[in-house]
Amino acid sequence: MGASRRRAALLFLAPMLLTLALVAGWPLARTIWFGFTDASLTDLDGAAWIGLGNYLDWLPYGDGSGEWIGLLVDRQWWRAVWNTLVFTFVTVSVETALGLAIALVLNADFPMRGVVRAAVLVPWAIPTVVSAKMWAWMLNDQFGIINDLGMKLGLLSAPVAWVASPDTAMVAVMLVDIWKSTPFMALLILAGLQMIPRDIYEAARIDGVNPIMTFWRVTLPLAAPAILVAVIFRALDALRVFDIVYVLTPNNSETRTMSVFVQENLFQFDQFSYGSAASTLLFLVIAMITLAYIRAARLNLD
Amino acid sequence: MAQLTLKNIRKSFGKAEVIHGIDLEITKGELVVFVGPSGCGKSTLLRLIAGLEEITAGEMLFDGRSVNNLPPKERGIAMVFQSYALYPHMSVFDNMAFGLKLAGSGREAVRERIMEAARLLELESMLDRKPRELSGGQRQRVAIGRAIVRNPRVFLFDEPLSNLDAALRGQMRVEIAKLHERMTDTTMIYVTHDQVEAMTLADRIVVLRDGQVEQVGTPMELYLRPATRFVAEFIGSPAMNIVPATVTDEGKVLPRGAAAPVALGASLNGTSLGLGVRPEDLTIAQDGAPSLFEGRITLVEHLGETQLVHLDVGNDAPLIVKLPRTAAAERGHMLRVSAPRETLHLFDDTGRAVRAA
Amino acid sequence: MATIRKIAFWLLVALILLFTLFPFYYAVLTSLESGTALFTPNYLPETFDLSNYRQVLGRGAFPTNVLNSVLVAAATVAISLFLGLTASFALARVPFRGRKLLLLTVLSVSMFPQIAVLAGLFEVVRAFGLYNSLFSLIMSYLIFTLPFTVWVLTTFMRDLPVEIEEAAIVDGASPWIIVTRVFLPLMWPAMVTTGLLAFIQAWNEFIFALTFVSSSDTRTAPVAIAMISGTSAQETPWGAIMAASVVVTAPLIILVLIFQRRIAAGLTAGGVKG
Repeated sequence: MGASRRRAALLFLAPMLLTLALVAGWPLARTIWFGFTDASLTDLDGAAWIGLGNYLDWLPYGDGSGEWIGLLVDRQWWRAVWNTLVFTFVTVSVETALGLAIALVLNADFPMRGVVRAAVLVPWAIPTVVSAKMWAWMLNDQFGIINDLGMKLGLLSAPVAWVASPDTAMVAVMLVDIWKSTPFMALLILAGLQMIPRDIYEAARIDGVNPIMTFWRVTLPLAAPAILVAVIFRALDALRVFDIVYVLTPNNSETRTMSVFVQENLFQFDQFSYGSAASTLLFLVIAMITLAYIRAARLNLD
Repeated sequence: MAQLTLKNIRKSFGKAEVIHGIDLEITKGELVVFVGPSGCGKSTLLRLIAGLEEITAGEMLFDGRSVNNLPPKERGIAMVFQSYALYPHMSVFDNMAFGLKLAGSGREAVRERIMEAARLLELESMLDRKPRELSGGQRQRVAIGRAIVRNPRVFLFDEPLSNLDAALRGQMRVEIAKLHERMTDTTMIYVTHDQVEAMTLADRIVVLRDGQVEQVGTPMELYLRPATRFVAEFIGSPAMNIVPATVTDEGKVLPRGAAAPVALGASLNGTSLGLGVRPEDLTIAQDGAPSLFEGRITLVEHLGETQLVHLDVGNDAPLIVKLPRTAAAERGHMLRVSAPRETLHLFDDTGRAVRAA
Repeated sequence: MATIRKIAFWLLVALILLFTLFPFYYAVLTSLESGTALFTPNYLPETFDLSNYRQVLGRGAFPTNVLNSVLVAAATVAISLFLGLTASFALARVPFRGRKLLLLTVLSVSMFPQIAVLAGLFEVVRAFGLYNSLFSLIMSYLIFTLPFTVWVLTTFMRDLPVEIEEAAIVDGASPWIIVTRVFLPLMWPAMVTTGLLAFIQAWNEFIFALTFVSSSDTRTAPVAIAMISGTSAQETPWGAIMAASVVVTAPLIILVLIFQRRIAAGLTAGGVKG
């Protein structure tokens, strides 16, 4: 029985595995390969191997001098890396704090909890492009409601060009992401909170521990694994951010992230191989964090 | 309808062997109960017979034909599971019909078989219901019905009653006994850890321990002549008292804490023996008559019909004595008890019973 | 004291609702305004003008774009569920060597940055002649819906009682029969949950849709919205953009409201529980 069952299992797995190989495995390998070639968008087949040329190369001027070129010395790339890291760090931190707060509220028993929980899911369900457009409108320098509100409340002395101004463009991008992703964070943390047995709180109350102490000494340590997993999950998502930046602040070096850098090079600047090399680096970063996630989550694989 | 032969059956999961070479012969129409503590391999053995697990070594024959490589459906078996394992989304009728339909039986034939089984099990009025609308007992009857309609050669029960409450368990036990009487040709194998089920249902009981057969016999054989100390303690409730004993120079047995040595007529050697006596075989010794044990009563448990008296005779464990409810026994008092010679069991240091020559 | 705490708590709830719902509320508000009303910020509805919706839905390719989104998302979900169901049976119920590694691989793919396969996938799409066709999107969306579906269905399938399956084996059911006639009916809740989540993911996807199709009538709705623009930055048709946004978002919000419990369960199953 075992053997025929294993045969059936293989048969059941094969279509899924072939599909994943076709849409993930093979394209990934090809992307990495393109990174070592001089492929261009119009001539993928004519791609020739140039080794590490896209990453780092010495460009001689012919008079004995020259300069280093390639991704590893590309200011724009490093700017994109920096932008991505700042974006990830800030958004994930804020989302964790806000998400925890919302999760604590949702973990309390109150009438209409289901409604509030559904409402919290709304930003998550809205397409990112739509979110970006909605916020672009709200952040509009002339007619935006954020400026209007800020002025009315006396928080702003003059309207701010949130999206266009180099000082605030990144803030705007982060704001949209925080709005969109905090609910997701809150739900993941809520799931962690709900796994804490209620009697622990009752025991703490009987012991006379005050609520703030209970939070720091009981809730937080017990929810920490769930929070950690949620943080890594979100960080992975934030590191590949594309939609918000592309829609909200196109062609802006203040907000250009790694993903945007890659897409632009691949399909707009006709630097297919260069973009492939960049996406290979991006993949490496995310792969490492994924491994960390799998270890942190201690997933049940049996 | 089948005779089962198990020849040196072994089963390993990975590197761990859980069934260590079992030989067993089960005759046609017999109801055999596999009994033993959890982890003894009784369920694994049943699943090997069902074909749900593959045999690692050895041979299994149904009517002389090897079934080692046959899948469950080709073995002519039916099985009733502990959790009933009814298909939750199918009606009672469809639950019973599923296997028949898969086997390609005609619509009318299926209907007929199911109606017959439903009549037998008094399920006629619930054929359209879903399992979740049934009580535990009804679900178990459906599970049995699902097995009956397959008209199996071998009927397997895996702890079928352990999810039911005590009253229902007694009732279902009787129904299964009736079923066995009615299906005279069908071989039944029944796994349980409940010795009452084993004693009441079985034609023969197979006691398993750590993946090996400890003893095979009729219920009364096991009760009266346990082959090992393990069987002696496993069958019977409360369990048999086993008192450490030594052999005197005259060849008599001296249980620790006993009033006097006992002559058992067995040829004895070795020193660390165990003398077994069932609580129900012990009675209060008449004044003046010799007693087997004497001790202070440390506890009296009233069970209504009887009382269990714990007697401290100077051993680690108290001696349990089962007395009628009218017997006078009070905590702190001294009590002298005795037992007929033929009810005493003697076990050597390996745990095997030593029989009188 | 208790009243103060209660008031503070409800203020907090109100704040959360304001934070999460206001942008969408404001989008609806804007979508119902036109002309000068559009350009004077207001917090409460003042006009009810459907001309933006008429403009968006009446002319141009937007209705086609929405239809494209529906087709692509539905096809993606159907394929993922089918492949995911059979695969999860093997992964959840049949012990074989390398199963753990396989599950890990599947999980890793679900965290793949889409951008990392963009170049290679572009080549595959072109090689199959699928450029500018909806099939390119259905195919490429499987990269994120399929691993997720497999993972969640595997966790659900693992929890189904072993004895039901064994009863079916004794009844003579083959693995295919077990999956389709015994497990599938029991898996509906899980299928609905994963199907919904996959649908929302596919519906919202942007980068592949931006890259693999190029003409206005093969675009999906999110790309179409991103591309709505006026002749200059000052003339951005905000009313129309908001109307289109509401059209694209409203079905999702309705789904979320109906299935919020299931969605929350599915999200956490995919993320934390494992």
